[in-house]
Amino acid sequence: MKGRRLYLDGVSVVFDGFRALNNLALIVEPGELRAVIGPNGAGKTTMMDVITGKTRPTEGVVSFGDADLTRLDEAAIANLGIGRKFQKPTVFDALTVFENLELALKAPRGPLPCLRWALTGEAKSRIGATLREIGLEERAQDPAAILSHGQRQWLEIGMLLMQDPDLLLVDEPVAGMTDAETEHTARLLAGIAGRRSVVVVEHDLDFVRALNCRVTVLAEGSLLSEGSIDHVQKDERVIEVYLGR
Amino acid sequence: MSVTALPGARASGLRIGLRAVLIGAVLVLAAMPVLNQLPQDHALHVSDFLVSVTGKWICYAILALSLDLAWGYAGILSLGHGAFFALGGYAMGMHLMRLIGPRGVYGHPVLPDFMVFLGYQELPWYWLGFDSFAFAMLMVLLVPGLVAFVLGWLCFRSRITGVYLSIITQAMTYALMLAFFRNDMGFGGNNGFTDFKELLGMPLSTTAARAALFYASLVALVGCYLLCRWITGTKYGRVLTAIRDAESRVRFLGYGVTRHKLFAFVLSAMMAGLAGALYVPQVGIINPSEFSPGNSIEAVVWVAVGGRGTLVGAVLGAFSVNGLKTWLTSTAPDLWLFVLGGLFVLVTLLLPRGLIGLVQGRGQGGPK
Amino acid sequence: MKRILLLLLLLALALPARAQDAMIEALPGLGGGFGAQATAVERLGALGDPRALPVLRALADGRLLRGADGGLLIREGDQLLDAATGAAVPRPEAEPARININNRVRVALRGALGRLQIVSPDPAERLAAAEGVFRMRSAENLPLLEAALTREAVPRIRERLELALGASRLASEDLEAKRAGIAALGASASPEARAVLLEARAANAALLPEIEAAVAAIDRRLQLRQAAETLFQGLSLGSVLLLAALGLAVTFGVMGVINMAHGEFVMLGAYTTVVVQDLTRDIPWLAPWSLPLAVPAAFLVTALIGAAMERGLIRHLYGRPLETLLLTFGVGMMIQQAVRLTFGAQNREVISPAWMQGTLMLPGDIAVTQNRLWILAFSLVVLALVVAAIRFTRFGLEMRAVTQRRAIASSMGIRTGRVDALTFAFGSGIAGIAGVALSQIDNVSPNLGTGYIIDSFLVVVFGGVGSLAGTLIGAFSLGIINKVLEPWAGAVLAKVFVLVAVMIFIQRRPRGLFPQKGRAAEA
Repeated sequence: MKGRRLYLDGVSVVFDGFRALNNLALIVEPGELRAVIGPNGAGKTTMMDVITGKTRPTEGVVSFGDADLTRLDEAAIANLGIGRKFQKPTVFDALTVFENLELALKAPRGPLPCLRWALTGEAKSRIGATLREIGLEERAQDPAAILSHGQRQWLEIGMLLMQDPDLLLVDEPVAGMTDAETEHTARLLAGIAGRRSVVVVEHDLDFVRALNCRVTVLAEGSLLSEGSIDHVQKDERVIEVYLGR
Repeated sequence: MSVTALPGARASGLRIGLRAVLIGAVLVLAAMPVLNQLPQDHALHVSDFLVSVTGKWICYAILALSLDLAWGYAGILSLGHGAFFALGGYAMGMHLMRLIGPRGVYGHPVLPDFMVFLGYQELPWYWLGFDSFAFAMLMVLLVPGLVAFVLGWLCFRSRITGVYLSIITQAMTYALMLAFFRNDMGFGGNNGFTDFKELLGMPLSTTAARAALFYASLVALVGCYLLCRWITGTKYGRVLTAIRDAESRVRFLGYGVTRHKLFAFVLSAMMAGLAGALYVPQVGIINPSEFSPGNSIEAVVWVAVGGRGTLVGAVLGAFSVNGLKTWLTSTAPDLWLFVLGGLFVLVTLLLPRGLIGLVQGRGQGGPK
Repeated sequence: MKRILLLLLLLALALPARAQDAMIEALPGLGGGFGAQATAVERLGALGDPRALPVLRALADGRLLRGADGGLLIREGDQLLDAATGAAVPRPEAEPARININNRVRVALRGALGRLQIVSPDPAERLAAAEGVFRMRSAENLPLLEAALTREAVPRIRERLELALGASRLASEDLEAKRAGIAALGASASPEARAVLLEARAANAALLPEIEAAVAAIDRRLQLRQAAETLFQGLSLGSVLLLAALGLAVTFGVMGVINMAHGEFVMLGAYTTVVVQDLTRDIPWLAPWSLPLAVPAAFLVTALIGAAMERGLIRHLYGRPLETLLLTFGVGMMIQQAVRLTFGAQNREVISPAWMQGTLMLPGDIAVTQNRLWILAFSLVVLALVVAAIRFTRFGLEMRAVTQRRAIASSMGIRTGRVDALTFAFGSGIAGIAGVALSQIDNVSPNLGTGYIIDSFLVVVFGGVGSLAGTLIGAFSLGIINKVLEPWAGAVLAKVFVLVAVMIFIQRRPRGLFPQKGRAAEA
């Protein structure tokens, strides 16, 4: 843990007049687990896009430690130690589970280092450890294409672990999961937190409660409320946004 | 890659079988110029025509390999590989023209015939150095590589992918064709280069020279195949596959996708250039029609028919489609374009994994 | 000021009257001796009175008679006309005598007739005469030209007369007249006037500044005309690009299906024109309408083929654009070969209707070919129809619904498969219509379409995928840029430059001139 914090201030994103984010501020301290909730269209995914370099903010400050994230592209931001798990799990179907993890493993990313890459014992044991952690040891040599939905989610989380990020952004990790899978996922995320900062975007309030962390509520691209889950659930404005729609 | 994706036991059996078939195929090809020396009535005699046409197909197979590296592995459907092939061919053609020396029709000591005819007083600067074989070979690789670099850098950087990229590569091919048709480009206009005399001191008309070129092409094919096999077997190869299937995900893993694609594209263009350079002395002519967009797209069909994403497939496709073409254009020339068009429809709708897919059965991990 | 104008007006009115008087005065000379005849002929030639023309022609043809009273008569068929008035007169009792001429008079007649054509009733003759007088550049023609100008009404001929007058004045001895001549020549946009001025520099050292200024003025106007013509050529090329790209703007821009057989649909449209023309050739009342008839025919033919292609092949590949690209390329190849085998590989001739032929002269000598003008108008009409179809019809509404939110459209009871087929058929039909227009300016051969697919694609991408306004602006700007570059770079390099420029443009704005709005475009 290198103790860098994620800092967003006055961030706005405008798509042709539509403000997807409006003067958003967010600070995630090193090692913190943070849940972000909000109704559809609140700007949760756009916020992730801004942090990971997929979308450029129209205005505002986005930084991680000393690095100005608005000037970097996705790859550079990923290499800074910011990992992202998408809502829809994206793993590389043509590659085996093992190869998926191998690609994610922290190592020089240029074409030539990749050509010269040789799997060392240390790398192998790290991949093995992650395989155990995500419960896919048996499937290591299977192509990712034949994994179940839940297994794909875990493989993706495993890939994030291989990246060894300092900050993890996780978008709806339990959407479409069975209860057992949800439980496993919650355990995985809890295991990850503490070692690094994690931001989880989720709809499932029970899941958020299980995470037992500070909660940020977004609405219409702005910060609506922040605090413990009990605190925000009592917040009048939050109730209005969630129920009054 | 897709061989490794097969379930274990079957894959290794297939792999051993494949290796035996490949070595056998190379040996058969290597024997052809020798068998050509047998008396005409000998049962194993191979005709001049078959040797020369096979020599061409070997060059096409290299082109197919290069295209497969870009398309089958990195997902860059280039409709401009015919142009890289032609650029390599032109670089070789320039060397061959310089070697004609004073033996041209006009007998000018330095200038090729077409330059004398067009009233050139001296060799244009970009022709300098092409009298050296080593320089020409360098250009065979560098010119297509440079064009691919500039084009690729422009496109990949701004994330132009899919059909946009395909059309842009086709537009480039078209533009190059138009440019090379111009007389004042200094590349012989629509007649291009021909009447070559010799290469490396060997008169091109001799059987020995033909055999030498045949073997050079075969060695190049085997070399390119091994190179591609090595590349696709490394982590870099897996990065390419990953880019092909989910480009933006690779970016979020921290890979500079632009650099990776550029590397593959430039390497692929160089291989295509090499194929063109081997092709030109064998057919004895290079002209701007070699740039025609149709040629590039035909190469795409070779790869598609054979099975993209598998190196053997690309080579197999080049040989089988061209074999079919040679046979059809002599027996039923009107039919050929229908068959070629039909092949496009067939492989896209019914055989997305090509002939290799038929052999491998329903294995996993073919390209999407 | 007013008074001067009035005076000038009076003078102008008086001029023809005086000339007529002079003509009546000069007329009798024709009946005199050879010397008198020659003098009279020259006088009449210089007067520029149109009534002298038939008289001199009669004299040249030996149809001028001298009556018993010495009055001159013209034999016109079996009628006799009075030479001075042109009115028919009763046949006199005494047979009028034919007036003979000698060589000297004949030479004088030739010159006079040549000049007098400048007042001939036939505008073509007048124009030719004006050109001739301009080339003569002689001060002697001044009265003639002045006279002709007072009665000339056709602007084009007036223009030439002014030039001839200017050139003749420049050739005179009088400095003021020279100045007026230079001014008149300098007010034109004629390369010939420019040449005359340049030539006159040597002989008129004193007027050099004026001459230079006049040449510069002509140069400016020539440049302007050049620019106008380039603009028109650019617009014309733009209209061709627009026609070719419109269908693609629907199939690729709206549906997202890349159809590499698009060029072949254009080609099929052109061949439909050929077939319709062949079918109507022997029906006299229908033949002139073959081209307008070909428009719906081509739409139907290509739309049907498009619909069949979408239902039979393309729909299996939705979401796989690269495969679609290859598949449609293969289909295009087969269509091309089928046409080649059916109609032959040679160019087929398409006859342009009379109303599309010829060249139109716009003010300022800007030449505009009629068929290009028609195609320009036609392309805009087709664009308007496409826009109307998408905006205002039920089909257009369903099409937009399906392309924007397929699942929702489907759940609202729209048969998305049918809409897909219709949309693709619509785009293909437009390509066919484009083929009808292009058959008028391009060679109708099986590979007519090959060149259009790349251009069309560039236009659609440049303008912004999914935006018809973008396609319009894209087509015309690419057309104009191409034609502006052509004089410097040559046709081929201009095309190459445009290609490269579009590629670089896409670097800066990957979504074209008119990007689709909203978050949907982000995906």
